[in-house]
Amino acid sequence: MSSQEDGARRAQPAPRRFFERVRDYFSPHEIVDTSPKIADEVKYTTCYMCACRCGIKVHLKDGAIRYIEGNRDHPVNRGVICGKGASGIMQQHSPAKLRKPLRRVGERGAGAFREIEWDEAIATAIEWLAPIRASDPKRLAFFTGRDQSQSLTGYWAAQFGTPNFAAHGGFCSVNMAAAGMYTLGGSFWEFGEPDWEHTRYLLMFGVAEDHDSNPIKIGLSNLRRRGAKFVSVNPVRTGYSAIADEWIGIRPGTDGLLALALVHELLAADRIDLDYLARYTNAPWLVIQAPGAADDGLFARDAAGAPLALGADGQPVSAVLADTAVKLVGETRLDDGRRAVPVFQLVAARYLDPAYAPEAVAESCGVPAATIRRLAAELAQAAFAETIELPVAWTDWAGRRHDTMRGRPVAMHAMRGISAHSNGFQTCRALHLLQMLLGTIDVPGGWRYKSPHPKPAPPGPKPAGKPEQVAPGTPLPGIPLGYPMGPEDLLIEADGGPARIDKAFSWEAPIAAHGLMHLVIRNAANGDPYPIDTLFMYMANMAWNSAMNTAETMELLTAKDPATGDYRIPHIIYSDAYYSETVAYADLVLPDTTYLERWDCISLLDRPIGSAEGPADSIRQPVLQPDRDVRPFQDVLIELGARLGLPGFVTAEGQPRYPGGYADYIVNHERRPGVGPLAGWRGAEGDRAGRGAPNPEQLRRYVANGCFWKYELPPEQRYFKHANRSYLETAAAMGFIDRAEPIVLQLYVEPLQRFRLAAQGHGAVVPPPRYRERIATYFDPLPFWYMPFEEARIDRTAFPLHAISQRPMPMYHSWHSQNAWLRQILGYNRLFINRATGRALGLDEEDWVWVSSHNGRIRVPTRLMDGVNPDTVWTWNAIGKRAGAWQLDPQAPEARRGFLLNHLISELLPATGGDGFANADPVTGQAAWYDLRVRIERAAAREPHTTVPEFAPPAGLRAPPRPAILRYGVKANRGERR
Amino acid sequence: MTSLPPPRAGQKKLGLVIDLDICVGCHACATACKEWNSGGHSGALPDFDPYGAEAWGVWFNRIHSYEEGDGDGARTVHFPKSCLHCEDAACVTVCPTGASYKRAEDGIVLVNAEICIGCKLCSWACPYGAREFDADQGVMKKCTLCIDRIYNDNLAEAERQPACVLVCPVGARHFGDLGDPDSNVSQLVAERRGRDLMPELGYRPVNKYLPPRPGRMAPHPAAAAAAAGASEPATAGERLLRWVDRLLSL
Repeated sequence: MSSQEDGARRAQPAPRRFFERVRDYFSPHEIVDTSPKIADEVKYTTCYMCACRCGIKVHLKDGAIRYIEGNRDHPVNRGVICGKGASGIMQQHSPAKLRKPLRRVGERGAGAFREIEWDEAIATAIEWLAPIRASDPKRLAFFTGRDQSQSLTGYWAAQFGTPNFAAHGGFCSVNMAAAGMYTLGGSFWEFGEPDWEHTRYLLMFGVAEDHDSNPIKIGLSNLRRRGAKFVSVNPVRTGYSAIADEWIGIRPGTDGLLALALVHELLAADRIDLDYLARYTNAPWLVIQAPGAADDGLFARDAAGAPLALGADGQPVSAVLADTAVKLVGETRLDDGRRAVPVFQLVAARYLDPAYAPEAVAESCGVPAATIRRLAAELAQAAFAETIELPVAWTDWAGRRHDTMRGRPVAMHAMRGISAHSNGFQTCRALHLLQMLLGTIDVPGGWRYKSPHPKPAPPGPKPAGKPEQVAPGTPLPGIPLGYPMGPEDLLIEADGGPARIDKAFSWEAPIAAHGLMHLVIRNAANGDPYPIDTLFMYMANMAWNSAMNTAETMELLTAKDPATGDYRIPHIIYSDAYYSETVAYADLVLPDTTYLERWDCISLLDRPIGSAEGPADSIRQPVLQPDRDVRPFQDVLIELGARLGLPGFVTAEGQPRYPGGYADYIVNHERRPGVGPLAGWRGAEGDRAGRGAPNPEQLRRYVANGCFWKYELPPEQRYFKHANRSYLETAAAMGFIDRAEPIVLQLYVEPLQRFRLAAQGHGAVVPPPRYRERIATYFDPLPFWYMPFEEARIDRTAFPLHAISQRPMPMYHSWHSQNAWLRQILGYNRLFINRATGRALGLDEEDWVWVSSHNGRIRVPTRLMDGVNPDTVWTWNAIGKRAGAWQLDPQAPEARRGFLLNHLISELLPATGGDGFANADPVTGQAAWYDLRVRIERAAAREPHTTVPEFAPPAGLRAPPRPAILRYGVKANRGERR
Repeated sequence: MTSLPPPRAGQKKLGLVIDLDICVGCHACATACKEWNSGGHSGALPDFDPYGAEAWGVWFNRIHSYEEGDGDGARTVHFPKSCLHCEDAACVTVCPTGASYKRAEDGIVLVNAEICIGCKLCSWACPYGAREFDADQGVMKKCTLCIDRIYNDNLAEAERQPACVLVCPVGARHFGDLGDPDSNVSQLVAERRGRDLMPELGYRPVNKYLPPRPGRMAPHPAAAAAAAGASEPATAGERLLRWVDRLLSL
């Protein structure tokens, strides 16, 4: 029984007058207090129940949360919140909250700890970290999960001097992010959004309900009210797909093929926007055609390095001079006599090939050819027959005045159904190609950049952490994540081997812009490419639902060197707010606060909350004081930085630079002069936006404004941002881009070709032989489709079904299964199977089956449904919990009937010749969760109805006992009986 | 047994209009309801064994998801359900103590916890399963239409709405007087042909459901015609030639 309930039990009914009681008894009228006082105080902050970052108002009464609601002035959610956000109270009152720093006693993984004081915790961390920094900083691997402080954590890693840093992006959506950044200088979700107000046609690919959920819901509602058509391409008809005008139940991993068939149809029908392509993309740029040469496939450039286009007279002309007349099809000879053709010609020639015709792809996609034709026609209809013009004059980069903003009102959006495949990078490129051909990037009704994007495609910073940049006691010269422009930017050793523990930015995953967190534990335990000393993780449930091959990952975390008896990963430090499955695998646990107990910033340096209407950022402020001995992780990290003497965290005198913790850092840290974590209210007077000196009053100003800042772009800057002079000047002034120069959209991505040339043996940095064919194949500068790797390698008759997962709308973090309200909505998961497919397997409507993959076998409950692709089974992800974790009853349905598909998924591809390639996108290293293929067999009638595998519960922590009953809010209620 | 208020002209009938065309099943209305009402007029909404093997609790609003239809008409439906504040509320007339009652002034059906004896007759009488028994307090509970919000002088006027309505991210929930033919909700019902849930039972629910908009699967206008031109027989080379002489401006 928590203290709160004890209080409730002790509370006495309010005294009521005798005649009121008599009247109540005889009359069907009670006294209803229709105007109760709601709160003593209302505090604004930012939600963290998912990645949306909605503004919330927290009503506090008697020192506890009475009610959390959306902030109606907030640009992200405009007053609404979701099922998760409205359950924040139960997150705050979870018995699974960690309460005190912990030091492991006994074997790692057994879950036995002793509670320690913070002094000891910090001293222990320093004892492990200081020698690493003094000897070989890369022996620290620092990886964080779905946290929102990556501009701090990345900076800290750089100051420490380790290249081994990343967050969860490598197993989330890095291939989509990278595809967008190299193609458009923006991307789906984080850096772009549909023009919800104006679009006539929305094509959505592989979008579950867990990212950007409130903005999408608000937008879809707007679309349906306006009668715009919404098509959802998704193997599963749930959530958003349920309200789509049309659901395309595609076979997983074939979205790229569908997109390129649409491209084929649009090219064949000449329903493309040639003017847009010529003016805003690199379609006119000339590509050198010299097979075997070191510059084959690169752009032809003039002496100054500017790209060339095909002039009206068939001669090369500069591609950067406004108003030049150019051709998109034709051939020319360069000064040196070699052939060159425009990018568009390569595009047209490739996708007009009958291999991309609807009939050729229909069977693979599981979408009839007639449907593909109709979708292409509908896209063309919306783009070219329903063109919209906003009466807003604007000026382009060349100074040309346009009286209106003309738009092709076709919008697209995509998420993990694209990214969680090994072909996701090229698939996402295919979607962007489709958008560009229709002329729908940042136009009215199209897909729009969220400010501060667009950035140059790709943006400038390259990853830091080359071997010569990693030295004892020395910071890296930059952040260890970035965008390589070619092989010379890779982080590799002299022999071509990886320099990072996760092998990011090596030939294994050259454009691993977010790192490969999913391979860190395996590589560290195997000493491949080298052993590490300390694994430091934050908010990442890597011993359970965030790991592929979970059971083996648990073994790797506890693996010992037989020669010495020492753990192969000598130290594991873990910070989390809750008793997740990963806590038991830590040697030192740093307990974090909840999201309602700390300062935080949603920074323009990281993943801001800007929209197409303008840049925005936000903060969290503590609305409650922790009732246990925990500290905000960011405060602890800053303190560790100061104690380690990291230059960015100490003053010239060696004193802590941010003695006020994260709040101090948020206000006073400057990444570049005048540019810090928050863009609002900068300058001594608080009157500067974007750039300006630190303002000691900045947080107070944020709090006074509901904990967010937004800058509304004037109407003439809200579209064509990549080529809009006024916008580009604003972006440069605010520090979003270095120079106010146009950003040319990249149909053809030249950096990919540079990697391909290296694979052909050109240049100083070439891949080792085993990578050459792979790089030459997958670094195609034009998008193409290939079969996902697992599907291509396994026996498809032995594993005939695709298996995918998604998070349910009421849940996001793995914490949500210990939320007392949310777990009542979904306490365990079933495997959903197409009814016809299931019937053929002899399954009842609800049943139990064994699911096998090349990697393992699990026993799970099932249910049949119609709204799923017949070749696909799916389930809700991360519902299954390890018995005993999260302070749930070991008999909880999450442990007994819930399950993870993760056990079936290998970090490595099924071996064909033992090549040991990762189960990942070959360009970006993105984890290929949804490439999984399985076989299903009905469980025998005598088998118990529990999931397999099961794991013994960890020892457990000191915690308040699980309450038998929760009566939350009762103190705020009027007098009750009892 | 308990009487319903006598019918009168111009009777105010507060209720909800729920749009099934855009509900995505996110459960925001359910948890926002639980959050508000747990500390509200009929709170608490207790949760039993909340971290255990058989967690269950009192909810005034629950979302049911199911599939219906075949072929092109097949769809997944998310169906939020709470008390419909019926005009002929059997849960009231069946109540032996007068605890269950319908307010004359606005039609809201409430339970007076002070005199509820927990006999559960009302839950047997309600065909919609909208009543929730608080086994801890021993009384029946139900949706109050957030009676402690909708008249609450401590709230800004725009916030005097049920929690489920304010929170809904897709704007699928609307609150108002369904007794007033000119109200926004009545007009919405008229425009969108809002329906009663199980009208054949005759309880005359005040809450209405808006059905999915018709013609959802109809091909886009003019799409068929455009499609016809999409695949003229031509080789890739012939098609490329169409663009050879096109001059465009950078």
